[in-house]
Amino acid sequence: MATLEIRNVNKTYGSGLPDTLKAIQLSIKDGEFLILVGPSGCGKSTLMNCIAGLENITGGAILIDDQDVSGMSPKDRDIAMVFQSYALYPTMSVRENIEFGLKIRKMPQAAIDEEVARVAKLLQIEHLLARKPAQLSGGQQQRVAMGRALARRPKIYLFDEPLSNLDAKLRVEMRTEMKLMHQRLKTTTVYVTHDQIEAMTLGDKVAVMKDGIIQQFGTPQQIYNDPANQFVASFIGSPPMNFIPVRLAKQEGRLLALLDSGQARCELPLGVASDELDGREIILGIRPEQIALGTGEGNGLPGIRAEVQVTEPTGPDLLVFVTLNQTKVCCRLAPDVACRVGDSLNLQFDPARVLLFDAASGERLDLNTANASVKDNVTRLKGR
Amino acid sequence: MHSPADKPALSLSRIAIHAVLLIAVLLYLVPLVVMLLTSFKTPEDISTGNLLSWPTVVSGIGWVKAWGTVNGYFWNSILITVPAVLISTAIGALNGYVLSMWRFRGSQLFFGLLLFGCFLPFQTVLLPASFTLGKLGLASTTSGLVLVHVVYGLAFTTLFFRNFYVSIPDALVKAARLDGAGFFTIFRRIILPMSTPIIMVCLIWQFTQIWNDFLFGVVFSSGDSQPITVALNNLVNTSTGAKEYNVDMAAAMIAGLPTLLVYVVAGKYFVRGLTAGAVKG
Repeated sequence: MATLEIRNVNKTYGSGLPDTLKAIQLSIKDGEFLILVGPSGCGKSTLMNCIAGLENITGGAILIDDQDVSGMSPKDRDIAMVFQSYALYPTMSVRENIEFGLKIRKMPQAAIDEEVARVAKLLQIEHLLARKPAQLSGGQQQRVAMGRALARRPKIYLFDEPLSNLDAKLRVEMRTEMKLMHQRLKTTTVYVTHDQIEAMTLGDKVAVMKDGIIQQFGTPQQIYNDPANQFVASFIGSPPMNFIPVRLAKQEGRLLALLDSGQARCELPLGVASDELDGREIILGIRPEQIALGTGEGNGLPGIRAEVQVTEPTGPDLLVFVTLNQTKVCCRLAPDVACRVGDSLNLQFDPARVLLFDAASGERLDLNTANASVKDNVTRLKGR
Repeated sequence: MHSPADKPALSLSRIAIHAVLLIAVLLYLVPLVVMLLTSFKTPEDISTGNLLSWPTVVSGIGWVKAWGTVNGYFWNSILITVPAVLISTAIGALNGYVLSMWRFRGSQLFFGLLLFGCFLPFQTVLLPASFTLGKLGLASTTSGLVLVHVVYGLAFTTLFFRNFYVSIPDALVKAARLDGAGFFTIFRRIILPMSTPIIMVCLIWQFTQIWNDFLFGVVFSSGDSQPITVALNNLVNTSTGAKEYNVDMAAAMIAGLPTLLVYVVAGKYFVRGLTAGAVKG
């Protein structure tokens, strides 16, 4: 049970080499579940190793329960970690694996036995205690690795892509189980993954990382609905957000984005006109599920006719691909929509839900509240 | 698809293969057979019969005489080989552990330089080693030979263990560190128990190398401290009196038996160890 704060942490593997971590700033409350997510090589595992004390930080400080642990060795930080490869000791039985850390900490044998029994019951691995890791299936090994971490009742759990070696079905099961476990134990947890679904489903807080920088830190809903930049918007969500290059035009005091499907054109009103943005190329981001099928002209939302090029029925949804402004756009429609390749659909967009990004930098633009949005962006940037 | 059992038991090609193999085996065994036969002959028998003839009287006199001559040196060899093998294997294991799991700045360079030791011919280190042993007061002692063999063997044992440990995932050491274990606890409780195959390889390799060594033995020992290889050479090379081939052959057999024994006992580990790491397990 502990809070975790990461203050302005830098990490480099040598002068002259690029920084692996750049000014990382995070803090989570007691019992929160923090997800570090990003593509491979983004520094998320390095950050986790730094929290664990397996690697030294070059600058900044890591605080657990308001105590600076930056200089402490891993064993003094009172944290436990589950590794991607499980890292079970191959020559020891499951029981010995779980006991190892407790024995090293010189816990009396009676207490150890009690603790092993508790953990084994919690994870339903009682019948496996005498076995060697090589005699276990992947899912069982995963449980034992978790058991080893749970046994010490540490202040913080670290999970390094714990589910990525499991097959798809088991991964979903274990994901739910992990969430249950966390709801029950309420221990502060840091969880590294490259899987955006794990990030969305498990986390109280999510930090999206790229190139050693935290792109955005917030709740899963904030990350999903209010991404700070185009990278975050593209990384979270499946199928991913559509990015359509559009040109802005000023008309009657309003700013319009021009869409062209090849057979029709549409002007999407985006907000208050400003001379600065007139004629500029920007990126319009819209999630597949936010594109609706227009039933008529009644609801007042702007719409456009577009030709269906590919359909992908996934079961719960029907993914339809059309072309807008020479860009492939995915729409997530109800599975009972009858449409075939070559049909024309009337697609509607809610301008209020559309996100805008700078074409060059990928940063979020907000036109509706022109001036306030700039300030928002600045504070968001400072937060990194 | 035919399983081997479906084939006729004695096809022509099969007979040919077995015949070739049999001839190869016989050729290989001839020296051993000659040695064994000769060692059990009497000197008269040797001078009258031919090399491969059966002894007219099976006589242990050669073996008795040989043992009487070389037994002191046999124990010298044991006294040199056993500690040298154990020490070089132990240090090699520790070196390999550090070089693969506790890398430090320059550890790769260090390992690279250490590898030179594997390619250095014995002859190049004779003078410096002799000088060092003299300074340490270990010249012409079995302890001196132990030291030389340990130092010379370290390059090989370190290489063996380092290459074995490189295939062990780092995460094991990380997990143990988070469990609170220190450098030596991790080595003793986690790494060493996984090392049986490579320890066996190392023991066999080092035992064979050190037991069979002649050059270091002949240079760095004298009189009572000589290993059996040197004593055997002295015995065989005497130019006085009649040649006692039965004694020579028996002594050679005695000198060769321990390495044979080691292979018989630990040979399966040797093959297993050499292929370790090829398959994850």
